[in-house]
Amino acid sequence: MEQLFQQIINGISLGSIYALIALGYTMVYGIIKLINFAHSDIYMLGAFIGYFSMTTLKLGFIPSLFLSMLFCTIIGVVIEKVAYKPLRNATRIAVLITAIGVSLFIEYTTMAIAGAGVRAYPQMTGFLTGAYRLGSVNITVHQIVIVSITIILMVSLQFIVKKTRIGKAMRAVSLDRDAAELMGINVDTTISFTFALGSALAGAAGILVGLYYNSINPLMGMLPGIKAFVAAVFGGIGIIPGAMIGGYFIGIVEVLVSGYSNSLYRDGVVFAILILVLIIKPTGLLGKNSREKV
Amino acid sequence: MLEIKNINVHFGVIHALKGVSLTVNEGEIVTLIGANGAGKTTTLRTVSGLKKPTDGQILLEGKDIISSSPQDRVLMGISQAPEGRRVFSAMTVLENLELGAYLRRDKKEIAKDLEKVYNHFPILADRKKQLAGTLSGGEQQMLAIGRAMMSRPRILLLDEPSMGLAPLFVQEIFNIIRDINKAGTTILLVEQNASMALQIANRAYVMETGSIVLSGTGSELMQSDDIKKAYLGG
Ligand SMILES: Nc1ncnc2c1ncn2[C@@H]1O[C@H](COP(=O)(O)OP(=O)(O)OP(=O)(O)O)[C@@H](O)[C@H]1O
Ligand SMILES: [Mg+2]
Repeated sequence: MEQLFQQIINGISLGSIYALIALGYTMVYGIIKLINFAHSDIYMLGAFIGYFSMTTLKLGFIPSLFLSMLFCTIIGVVIEKVAYKPLRNATRIAVLITAIGVSLFIEYTTMAIAGAGVRAYPQMTGFLTGAYRLGSVNITVHQIVIVSITIILMVSLQFIVKKTRIGKAMRAVSLDRDAAELMGINVDTTISFTFALGSALAGAAGILVGLYYNSINPLMGMLPGIKAFVAAVFGGIGIIPGAMIGGYFIGIVEVLVSGYSNSLYRDGVVFAILILVLIIKPTGLLGKNSREKV
Repeated sequence: MLEIKNINVHFGVIHALKGVSLTVNEGEIVTLIGANGAGKTTTLRTVSGLKKPTDGQILLEGKDIISSSPQDRVLMGISQAPEGRRVFSAMTVLENLELGAYLRRDKKEIAKDLEKVYNHFPILADRKKQLAGTLSGGEQQMLAIGRAMMSRPRILLLDEPSMGLAPLFVQEIFNIIRDINKAGTTILLVEQNASMALQIANRAYVMETGSIVLSGTGSELMQSDDIKKAYLGG
């Protein structure tokens, strides 16, 4: 029983990271129906910026978190403007291929600048170290930090999307772009803002994963990126709460599988889940089958 | 107020509007009728700036707005309730109405306009917390019109507001359109329901395969034999 609790606690911290990445996939998909393959690389950049911020610039963890979120926001917006916006009226497959190109470009540019090797994430100091014990369950401060930051970011995101003017514009453009334009909503600005939000969350996930795995490399985005995408599909692509639920679900499943059976199976199980979702409920857990009234 | 001069619109090789010209004067209800595929929706989309014409002019109070963005056109006072209602289904009725006032900052005046919309459509006040997608077709149409009114337009473009509605509802919608017009909003009304549209319109244009083929006052056209045969069922 204690072991189960322990695994679930570990799963929740890993799931937080998947959830943060999944949100970016789902929001971008919601608004321009693009699976943004470059999104996982923005997460990787977030991890590298956090690394350099804490080592070269010697900034603390929280300032580094803000710096990587800011950097990723800018990169996300630039990618959209340069690579996707010119293709606004192109076929979806053309945009998808462009996204793969952008992804490779970021990965190999990072390799050229930072080297292809694995780097150990800087040791945390001060309040960021240590652990608490509840019975025989061990909760590290890292885990508490990961989960609390994720919750703060998710609550802020919900507030932005539900309550603010630009958030309402985002939802309107996702639901019906032409109708949104008739309201006077600037679709380009709204799409940029969506990329900004998703990329900021990916940046945060990047620096948080440094706490979780302690090591980073330029290709580190690939597998978590795909899992976060599975999380988004699991929850219902385009649906924000779905991405949150999906992220935690995939994180917990992955940790349980590694804990109770062979950890070699953990990636396979995630894909098995994807296949099952696509067979049983392709619109995902929270997805509705689209219906129209006449 | 609104003057469309000789616009041509193409979709690839399809020549959808072939030199269309029409005028809407301040305070009028003008209707544009015609068969399926005639180009009525395309005309309204071009006025709203969702579709760029190949050439021609669109003048609002004498000023050419061809190069203005859809947002700027909303700011200048053009608003549209599009064909098929197009309400934001996963948002509440109130959120839909608020989005209609997206470009406005005058909170007090927005609240007044919201009250006006609720006066025209009391059902929307009862349903304001409900998701728009759960409204009936007729209620969604009311929401689409109410939403378009929330930008406080000078000219309101309505694309087939009676589509898919029961006869009783159609009558009600047309009464409300007349009320909105009386309260000072100029209206360009696209309709398939020619007899109803001609009854409330000051003037009318008839469109066939991308061209205006006939125009006149509502009552003139109601008397016309061609119109009777083609659109009024005898
Ligand atoms: N996006 C588009 N791509 C290609 N052709 C289009 C497009 N939109 C409209 N058309 C064509 O332009 C012509 C006019 O269409 P439009 O929708 O304006 O007709 P309408 O008068 O509104 O018809 P209805 O009464 O059925 O709504 C049609 O031949 C239509 O097929
Ligand atoms: Mg039409």
